[in-house]
Amino acid sequence: MGSLFDFMLPELKSPLTGASTDALMGFIHLVSFIILAGVTIAMIYFAIKYKRKSDDDQTPLITHNNTLELTWSVIPLILVFIVFGWGYSGWLNLKAVPDNAYEIQVSAYKWGWTFSYENGAQVGNEVHVPAGRPVKLVMKSQDVLHSFFVPDYRIKQDVLPNRYTYVWFQADEAGESQVFCTEYCGTSHSDMLAKVIVHTQSDFENWLASQNTGGGGTPVERGESLLTLQGCVTCHSVDGSEKIGPTFQKLFGREETMTDGTTLTVDENYIRESILDPGAKIVEGYQNQMVSYEGRLSDDDISDIIEYIKTLD
Amino acid sequence: MATAEVSPASTGTKKTFKVKRYIPSENPKKTFFTEERGLWAWLTTVDHKKIGLMYLGSVTFFFLLGGILALLLRTELLTPAQTFIEADTYNQFFTLHGAIMVFFVLVPSIPAALGNFVLPMQLGAKDVAFPRLNLASLYIYIIGAIFTFIALASNGLDTGWTFYTPYSTESTSSVIWVTMGVFILGFSSILTGTNFIATIHKLRAPGITWSKLPLNIWALYATSIMQVLATPVLAITLLLLTMERFLGVGIFDPSLGGDPVLYQHFFWFYSHPAVYIMIVPGFGIISEVITTFSKKHIFGYWAIALSSLAIAFIGFLVWGHHMFTSGQSAVATTVFSFLTFLVGIPTGIKILNWVATLYKGSIEMKTPMVYVFVFLFLFSIGGFTGIMLGALSADIHLHDTYYVVAHFHYVMMGGTLIALLAGLHYWWPKMTGKMYNEFQAKIGAALIFIGFNMTFLPQFIMGSQGMPRRYYNYIDQFTIFHQTSTIGSYILGVGFLLIAYYLAKSLMSGERAGSNPWGSRGLEWQSTSPPDLHNFDHTPVVINGPYDYHKPMEEFQLGLANAHDEKH
Repeated sequence: MGSLFDFMLPELKSPLTGASTDALMGFIHLVSFIILAGVTIAMIYFAIKYKRKSDDDQTPLITHNNTLELTWSVIPLILVFIVFGWGYSGWLNLKAVPDNAYEIQVSAYKWGWTFSYENGAQVGNEVHVPAGRPVKLVMKSQDVLHSFFVPDYRIKQDVLPNRYTYVWFQADEAGESQVFCTEYCGTSHSDMLAKVIVHTQSDFENWLASQNTGGGGTPVERGESLLTLQGCVTCHSVDGSEKIGPTFQKLFGREETMTDGTTLTVDENYIRESILDPGAKIVEGYQNQMVSYEGRLSDDDISDIIEYIKTLD
Repeated sequence: MATAEVSPASTGTKKTFKVKRYIPSENPKKTFFTEERGLWAWLTTVDHKKIGLMYLGSVTFFFLLGGILALLLRTELLTPAQTFIEADTYNQFFTLHGAIMVFFVLVPSIPAALGNFVLPMQLGAKDVAFPRLNLASLYIYIIGAIFTFIALASNGLDTGWTFYTPYSTESTSSVIWVTMGVFILGFSSILTGTNFIATIHKLRAPGITWSKLPLNIWALYATSIMQVLATPVLAITLLLLTMERFLGVGIFDPSLGGDPVLYQHFFWFYSHPAVYIMIVPGFGIISEVITTFSKKHIFGYWAIALSSLAIAFIGFLVWGHHMFTSGQSAVATTVFSFLTFLVGIPTGIKILNWVATLYKGSIEMKTPMVYVFVFLFLFSIGGFTGIMLGALSADIHLHDTYYVVAHFHYVMMGGTLIALLAGLHYWWPKMTGKMYNEFQAKIGAALIFIGFNMTFLPQFIMGSQGMPRRYYNYIDQFTIFHQTSTIGSYILGVGFLLIAYYLAKSLMSGERAGSNPWGSRGLEWQSTSPPDLHNFDHTPVVINGPYDYHKPMEEFQLGLANAHDEKH
């Protein structure tokens, strides 16, 4: 049985994200196989045993059996509850990024992937990651929907043009894994491939240091200068002091109460929304005064600003 | 001459009728074929049987078209890189294949083709409640189909049958035209659904109470409700798309401040119930065929009848399970996963009730019954893999891979289409008065079974290993699975050709079928084959349930004794 499952699934290279999925799939396949075999054997057995002998055959009148109906409703119900709970807990784990995750920015476009690192390095269609450490990908599309899928890690997430989505994984050993785009995106959808290349921690640091970071500085540096250039700091302090708008200090991950009484935790999508549509959600105690930066800041600019804000703690 | 005490549909109170037995002629002189002949008579007919057959013809035509596309797609996938067509052509072909098979074939196939023919007969009615509306729905279907087809083909639409934004709205407005085409098609289903609901409520022959309705009628009833309620959402989607395109109101397009995920919600709010619109009528056929060929009362009549309604209801609440990886909210994802499992339960109950019906039956493995067995096996696999895809963590891995492709082909083709074949072989003698070659039909069923599994079983494996769907090129490790699948699809194609051959041949030179070749107790079998223009030359009176095989045949052939008889 185990070898059959191995045949069904590629080798698992990120047990933290995939072990629960694999076990669940094995469980469902096993239970399904048993029930399917039971149903099939019963069908064939009945067809042989109760084969018509003559056109005048009389059959007994059996209309229903409540005990039986109840049994074969409740047992499957229990089984699907188990499957639901199991799938739910596995999925919660996929959503819960560990705190020490190494973050990489992903930009998807027709038809390729760009991976950006903290030091400003950018790589196309190859994402280099350290082994034995959780990696978080913060993803955004430049055009249509895409989807980031690594079968070896059992992870998949759609990449959207209007907000950030993320996935995480932890590859335990150095090696390579295939990345597919799994949301149909046009002519070369099937060529929109990439590789995850896993290095040991020290190899990874060497690799990162060897990368050309371009002239424009790191995303954090670019973000910092944008804040001055665009006049953001006129209304938002970076040191916690009170101005017209909320301070950027310790903004990322902060819980804020809105004017309508709701609370939210500040994340990439909230900051992006506040830049493009400032009136959408106003923090309690502030006025709706900011103008939209739609068209004035590019998607990359916004990502850089967010990266800078994340460092302000 | 006898009397029977029954409750007429209109009042519900018991009434006594004078009844007598009407034995259908085995060699009718007047049938709906011999009356109102000629092309014009067919094109303007309000007879539900002729309309049903014209639907059957149209559906067969589109099935042929969709099937040829499928074989071309499979042929292209013989090799990892280009085999014989360009990537763009491939993308247009799979879009066309999906759209044709879903909207032109599966949705109308059972209700509008077989259902139209059988439903009034099973109710002992002369026709549906609104015969002209019925004809209108056929023309709307044909117009909608042509419209959609032109929109798809002329724009070279390559979005997949799901038309996801923003890809679908990027450069052309073809998604509007296609949605409009699908909406026109949808109107045809709204009209058929309305017609069926009215017919089932108002035109049941004396004695057919709700507890004596054939399960096929219950299934069509549940389907009709879904058709009437789900299709209007397409109109809303269309309206919003049009507003966005022409008035610049940002709804789905992120560059206008819209949200592409919202489009997915709208699309699946219609298209998920549509999946049940496609499969539930198949359930009806299975109930009819399995009882006839077991000569036995259905096991769990109410469990099967009510589970159809339960599926219709819960089916409206699970659309979000197509969107677990889309970035929809975590709460929504959790709730949709939970509800998805609930919809699996009534389906499982049906399968077990059908198998239980076989117990102590008198089972004859004629072709329609062979298809029922094929259905039970294939559809169960479709169901179990549906449970797999409903489980959140597993779906994250399997979403948009060939596992999903295999799953819905097991459900839609192994389910709906196999049920359609069961129904077609079951009612063929009733519809045409001719019998097909039983041996060839069984060979056909075997080819379909082998070809189907060979095509789609490997897709479960490669999907699970990570092969994404809608891929023109693929990496080498999947080659063996793709090639097996392609060879399987050719066997499947041969199977369908064989079916077309012996059915066509039966029309020319088939044996006379007789009014009730299977010895069924169903009301539609108590008329001549093919039936009279008005189905029965008397008003049927029903005193037994449709599956009361323990009662003698003469009790199923009663009709109102007319005044002329009374004088004697």
